[in-house]
Amino acid sequence: MFDKILIANRGEIACRVIKTARKMGIKTVAIYSDADKQALHVQMADEAVHIGPPPANQSYIVIDKVMEAIRQTGAQAVHPGYGFLSENSKFAEALEAEGVAFVGPPKGAIEAMGDKITSKKIAQEAGVSTVPGYMGLIADADEAVKISNEIGYPVMIKASAGGGGKGMRIAWNDEEAREGFQSSKNEAANSFGDDRIFIEKFVTQPRHIEIQVLCDKHGNGIYLGERECSIQRRNQKVVEEAPSPFLDEETRRAMGEQAVALAKAVGYSSAGTVEFIVDGDKNFYFLEMNTRLQVEHPVTELITGVDLVEQMIRVADGAELPLRQEDVKLTGWAIENRLYAEDPYRNFLPSIGRLTRYRPPAEVAAGPMAENGTWHGDAPAGDTAVRNDTGVYEGGEISMYYDPMIAKLCTWGPTRDAAIEAMRIALDSFEVEGIGHNLPFVAAVMDHPKFVSGDMTTAFIAEEYPDGFAGVELPEADLRKIAASCAAMHRVAEIRRTRVSGRMDNHERKVGTDWVVSLQGQSYPVVIDADRDGATVRFEDGEALRVSSDWTPGDQLATVDVNGETLVLKTGKITQGFRIRSRGADIRVHVRTPRQAELAQLMPEKQAPDTSKMLLCPMPGLIVKVDVEVGQEVQEGQALCTVEAMKMENILRAERKGVVSKINASAGDSLAVDDVIMEFE
Amino acid sequence: MKDILSELEDRRENARLGGGQRRIDAQHARGKLTARERIELLLDEGSFEEFDMFVSHRCTDFGMEDNKPAGDGVVTGWGTINGRQVYVFSQDFTVLGGSVSATHAQKICKIMDMAVQNGAPVIGINDSGGARIQEGVDALAGYAEIFQRNIMASGVVPQISVIMGPCAGGAVYSPAMTDFIFMVKDTSYMFVTGPDVVKTVTNEVVTAEELGGASTHTKKSSVADGAFENDVEALAEVRRLVDFLPLNNREKPPVRPFFDDPARIEDSLDTLVPENPNTPYDMKELITKIADEGDFYEIQEDFAKNIITGFVRLEGQTVGVVANQPMVLAGCLDIDSSRKAARFVRFCDCFEIPILTFVDVPGFLPGTSQEYGGVIKHGAKLLFAYGEATVPKVTVITRKAYGGAYDVMASKHLRGDFNYAWPTAEIAVMGAKGATEIIHRADLNDPEKIAQKTAEYEDRFANPFVAAERGFIDEVIMPHSTRKRVARAFASLRGKQLKNPWKKHDNIPL
Repeated sequence: MFDKILIANRGEIACRVIKTARKMGIKTVAIYSDADKQALHVQMADEAVHIGPPPANQSYIVIDKVMEAIRQTGAQAVHPGYGFLSENSKFAEALEAEGVAFVGPPKGAIEAMGDKITSKKIAQEAGVSTVPGYMGLIADADEAVKISNEIGYPVMIKASAGGGGKGMRIAWNDEEAREGFQSSKNEAANSFGDDRIFIEKFVTQPRHIEIQVLCDKHGNGIYLGERECSIQRRNQKVVEEAPSPFLDEETRRAMGEQAVALAKAVGYSSAGTVEFIVDGDKNFYFLEMNTRLQVEHPVTELITGVDLVEQMIRVADGAELPLRQEDVKLTGWAIENRLYAEDPYRNFLPSIGRLTRYRPPAEVAAGPMAENGTWHGDAPAGDTAVRNDTGVYEGGEISMYYDPMIAKLCTWGPTRDAAIEAMRIALDSFEVEGIGHNLPFVAAVMDHPKFVSGDMTTAFIAEEYPDGFAGVELPEADLRKIAASCAAMHRVAEIRRTRVSGRMDNHERKVGTDWVVSLQGQSYPVVIDADRDGATVRFEDGEALRVSSDWTPGDQLATVDVNGETLVLKTGKITQGFRIRSRGADIRVHVRTPRQAELAQLMPEKQAPDTSKMLLCPMPGLIVKVDVEVGQEVQEGQALCTVEAMKMENILRAERKGVVSKINASAGDSLAVDDVIMEFE
Repeated sequence: MKDILSELEDRRENARLGGGQRRIDAQHARGKLTARERIELLLDEGSFEEFDMFVSHRCTDFGMEDNKPAGDGVVTGWGTINGRQVYVFSQDFTVLGGSVSATHAQKICKIMDMAVQNGAPVIGINDSGGARIQEGVDALAGYAEIFQRNIMASGVVPQISVIMGPCAGGAVYSPAMTDFIFMVKDTSYMFVTGPDVVKTVTNEVVTAEELGGASTHTKKSSVADGAFENDVEALAEVRRLVDFLPLNNREKPPVRPFFDDPARIEDSLDTLVPENPNTPYDMKELITKIADEGDFYEIQEDFAKNIITGFVRLEGQTVGVVANQPMVLAGCLDIDSSRKAARFVRFCDCFEIPILTFVDVPGFLPGTSQEYGGVIKHGAKLLFAYGEATVPKVTVITRKAYGGAYDVMASKHLRGDFNYAWPTAEIAVMGAKGATEIIHRADLNDPEKIAQKTAEYEDRFANPFVAAERGFIDEVIMPHSTRKRVARAFASLRGKQLKNPWKKHDNIPL
């Protein structure tokens, strides 16, 4: 076995690989750019080598620099993680030349599968079912439009070298095809240094289901079940689970066998993923093969008990797979939610900055992974598991240079419902402040009836949240639980206030039992009957909720037991109450005495200032171009300007028809959030 | 006997109705509460004891003799806030527009005298059309009586003004002399002369809101210390402020039970100061992370944002915080920030509230507008205030402490009790580049040499150790243990006794 491996990556995946390497007794080497000097993966590794300035194309994906780090540290193997150099055959070649093991497939397999056009041909030849599309190279936008028409809209325009949603667009008409071609090409050039584009039929009602394969260098190959990744936003996965709630055993086997056949066809070794689109009739089509460890691999680990990173390292070292296909058992259910530094209230635009608070839920071990002794932490055992793969820490910085994904929160439960419920609580307990993030959004998805029933397609987010995400309206039952909790908490805080020094003896303030809780437009008069262990909160209609908690004033997280159910609330102080965040909702809860409530009713509702006639900069970023001029009439949906942030080009569009009256920014300007870019008449 | 008792109830009922239901409804329609409703919200439930409910004016001119409402447009008395005594007056806009008459003023003076005598804060709720014109000079005399009492009470008991309606002309000068002024957005305004007079005299067209609304006074003029969305919120927040304040200048600041470990470690503070010395960071994060329960009551949040002032608690006890804010103007001192902080420091010193100072200051803001505006004397106010303060003073230098601004910001030389520095601190006459360009003026044309000399200067002075060697810094502390270190420092200073030489009063450069 290797003594020392270098992890040619950063963030959560570097940390995750380090954990397994450490468990295996292998020393680790991290590499880091200027922006990552204080990053978690650098702190965790035994050694760390600086490899250049922040942009990845001057550091993490410069092969020479990584090679130099390998020479410097004497690492015998390299784990590439995902992204960066993970599917770069030149890198695999460079390693081979130096006699350093690549913890991944042979370069021939990378080459064959790395190009989406070639890979599709190989898949067809290997008997894998594929989607109709144009496999050749496309010269320009006009040709893209022509081909799109031949295939028939909707079409998917993709960067040949792409992945992770970058350089990918869906077009429903000629105009979008033209625009999508251009922006895919630009993004592909920037992100992968390869601007080849291809176009294929966009399958409707599709589900994204992928098969995890694992092969060794001795011709053995197995599949470790599937992962369903249908919940995507702009082709970027957000929620994944294993197994899929949609597949039956027969389809699973068919997909698995085709996936292994494909892997064998290209002489694959190491872990790999074969992605399929599955339609409503369980027809499946090959999408692509990712010749690397997939972001969402933890859900597979959680239901199979197999540490994929460990197997990758062993295979790279020449070991035979310890498992045969019949040894693979799928036990229970695992869900993964990706935590992105993207603000759901601002149409998921990237958010950067300092993590002023970052407290993930405590990890708990359970299920196959714990049973097999391959749990990566020293987490206590439970009935349901919580695992958080992360690369950041409180006080760390989310920079604009890299992927906005900062953590992967996974739960495992014996059933899908148990895994989802564990996830709801884990999400509610996850504290992230200082940046915008998608926790409220994924929390909302966990409560969405379509997700809960397992009835989703890759269009889930686009269809269920067509106007973006504006927070969650909580149902009455949840409101009552929150109201009862807040009433009890407020009472505790008020009693503490009466214990201040300097009060008039015998004339102390008595804190009463009658309160009115208002939240989300509802008002609940309640009576609190408190005792040593908690409080019984009675509503006007006679409903009584028993609440107990160890919350004390100032705690930002309240774990409350309400009638035996656990409710986790993120609590912030506001005047006469709390800001409560739970289950994707972000609400202001006022707890007042009946008289205070009566008088508060007389207060006018204030209107927020009208910004409907302005285009506000939705994120800190750079104006790349302004598409309109003062006096120009714009149509709804027309592109107004392009803002670049975190390497993504975001086209800002007109929300409605109007005439531009003023433009405050021009190309090259650096803007802050909510800066006014232009105004309309 | 029963009749007599019920007559009292009738009279009370009548007095409580103020200007009558129609005017109460009008007040509500404007989004405002009545004088009595406001008192109810300000004080503990049922704790209000009223004075002078039946006082009425003695004016007989202009038909006033036929309109003598009980209470004369102001409700006065005392009550408790979380069990602690306060005196309160609340002007009743429904009664003769809350206008100030001789008797109205007398009622206010009465409770102010009692407040000073009994050592309890005075909270004034202002909602008044101004002097009662029918009374002429009697009303003006009434104002002056109040002014004189504001002056005498200053520094003896905390005085808080809440502007909840109009406050114009001479009326503004009573709040102006109190310790804190709070306003309600959209329903309150303060000015010496109103929009009509402004237009006549200067031809400026301006609305009452623009001239003296909450936004103007919290952001531009700094007359007000804070603004709130509505009456309910404003009064709840005044209660919250009172929880921080001592009742008078003979008492220690209040202490209340707390649920936060004084030794709490905040690892994230180790990365608060960015690597690049010119990158800003948010000083408020430090304040909320060292405060008990993250609770920070900010004063003048929207004015001179390059300095932060407000109250926190450490181990349950009130501490005043002054901190440079690198996010705004790099945290430099200027006219506005010096005035803002000086007044805050003096308030704390008046009422025995210990002062915690966080320093990251690159110096004073240069420029003609600053010099013409008298930054010399305004800057001196803060220097003076810190130097004369005898309360416990603990200072933490997080990054820059350059030049004269280092001296000003509660340095050891101004009788700072504990002066700590983070390892990231740079205590020097100026930034390395500027210093090098002066010391090595001859090499100015050789950028390489200047860069090398700058690096040398940085090595020598861009750290806290030169100052620590001289004892100007008592200890270099780890950022993550700041809460613990600061809390212990204040704990050790609970017995501090320091007296300035006797004087009639000082002559701070006003």
